[in-house]
Amino acid sequence: MAEPLLRVEKLVRRFGGIIATDNVSLDVAAGELHAIIGPNGAGKTTLISQLTGHLEPHSGSVSLGGRDITYLPAYRRCALGLARSFQITSLLLDFTAADNVALAAQAHAGTSFRFFANARKEKGLRDAAHAALDRVGLADRADVLVSKLSHGERRQIELAVALASKPKLLLLDEPMAGLGVTESQGMVKLLQELRKEVSIVLVEHDMPAVFALADRISVLVYGRVIASGDPDAIRANDDVKRAYLGDQHVVTHHG
Amino acid sequence: MKTFSVSKAVTALMLAGLVLLPLYSYLSGNIFILTLFTRIVILALAAASLNLIMGFGGMMSFGHAAYLGIGGYAVGMLAQEGVGSGFIQFPVALAASAIYALVIGALSLRTRGVYFIMITLAFAQMAYYVASGLARYGGDDGLTVYKRSDFSGLINLSNRTQFYYLCLACLFGVIFLIWRIVNSRFGLVVQGLRSNEQRMQAIGFPAKRYQLVCFVISGTMCGLAGALLANNTDFVSPAVMYWTRSGDLMVMVILGGMGTLFGPVMGAVVYLLLEEFLSQITEYWALIMGPLLLLIVLFGRGGIMGLLGRVGRG
Repeated sequence: MAEPLLRVEKLVRRFGGIIATDNVSLDVAAGELHAIIGPNGAGKTTLISQLTGHLEPHSGSVSLGGRDITYLPAYRRCALGLARSFQITSLLLDFTAADNVALAAQAHAGTSFRFFANARKEKGLRDAAHAALDRVGLADRADVLVSKLSHGERRQIELAVALASKPKLLLLDEPMAGLGVTESQGMVKLLQELRKEVSIVLVEHDMPAVFALADRISVLVYGRVIASGDPDAIRANDDVKRAYLGDQHVVTHHG
Repeated sequence: MKTFSVSKAVTALMLAGLVLLPLYSYLSGNIFILTLFTRIVILALAAASLNLIMGFGGMMSFGHAAYLGIGGYAVGMLAQEGVGSGFIQFPVALAASAIYALVIGALSLRTRGVYFIMITLAFAQMAYYVASGLARYGGDDGLTVYKRSDFSGLINLSNRTQFYYLCLACLFGVIFLIWRIVNSRFGLVVQGLRSNEQRMQAIGFPAKRYQLVCFVISGTMCGLAGALLANNTDFVSPAVMYWTRSGDLMVMVILGGMGTLFGPVMGAVVYLLLEEFLSQITEYWALIMGPLLLLIVLFGRGGIMGLLGRVGRG
């Protein structure tokens, strides 16, 4: 089998006495959409942060396209083709939608130590920004300040920003978070399109979306991968049922 | 758009006033006003340079007056050693400021927020005490510059009008540069870092290098103000680096409007004119100045520029 695009091996991250990431190993093949699910507090965001370089693991390794990136800073990983969206929308609020996306394009189009020419008039960057905004269906909102956009629109811009860096691998941290039903459906449709072009790691709570989209699913509980496989296998897995239904039992008891 | 027209009109008026001031001074015979405004223009230049890192870059430097001292001492020390040429003095002043900014910036930018403010303040105070210890160059008492920088007949700095226009040209030049910078690729990255550093790292920008370069550009610009200031007062002393002077510069920037092109100029003009006229009325002028500043900062978020913008909106 060919080298997977992303390989995570025996990753461990502790916070004090809590093991947030407990010997996690997984890989993502090129062209695959790999979903990571798990109850709240399972360590999904901690795991993603170690993949993007915002958090250092205590042991284990992460490699992208065969290259060890475990301790590479976030901006270097981005240059290697790793892009992310944030669970809690993290954009430049006082910039327009187009500026946000154009900056991502700029990061991958030559040096930014240019001091004199107006960057907003660089056709290449503007075109790239508009193409990415068009891709997520926000072409007509390009010149609006992000602080004036709705939550749903900001989620879409998160995606456009990630796309503008022309990534090999897209790490999406709960792209559906806080979206309404129609908005979620739109996002699923969009991801269905995108997955044809780029490999995706999707962390998501929205189960129908995950099962509709994923080639493979890994289930994270208390920092550990308890199951990994295609959607049907996960649906039938007893450990997974216990992890999810077990939580619900607790809820019913209290209720 | 009407929103911008009021602040634009006021800015244009102010700039026209600055350009025509020597004419007024000549016609009215009021020489003092030209001297006062030369100082205002020089400090406006310093405030504009601070605004580049503080307003556009989000780096709250509380040690910006250090560059006024470094630029000034470069001129004063060279003059004392017999090097009177401005063609040597000014480049040395700029280079010294740039090197100081590079070292201080590299160390300070490891920190963020309050710590950044404190560390830049600490370095500026160190510069202050170093200058106080320079016995050969006057120490605490400061250093008199007996002869202004000599630009071999190109321009005569001892001529009030010529010197004023030199300072004004430097101010306009620096503002033009800042305008180009903030709209350039580099400028957008720096402003992006002010807005959301985590996001900028995630899309592939190493924060520190951009901030450091911005810090050095800003310091160099302020070094120019220092060199002009020493020529203006024919004197340089450790007092120009004292932390209250850094505070004055910050107040000018905040008063005028952080992150706006002409805000710092507006801030410098208003602050220094107020200081001048209030201090003529009463010894306790700070008692009036303080509440005034409070009011503007509290109710005029975005400083004078912000206030004018809102007036325009009705």
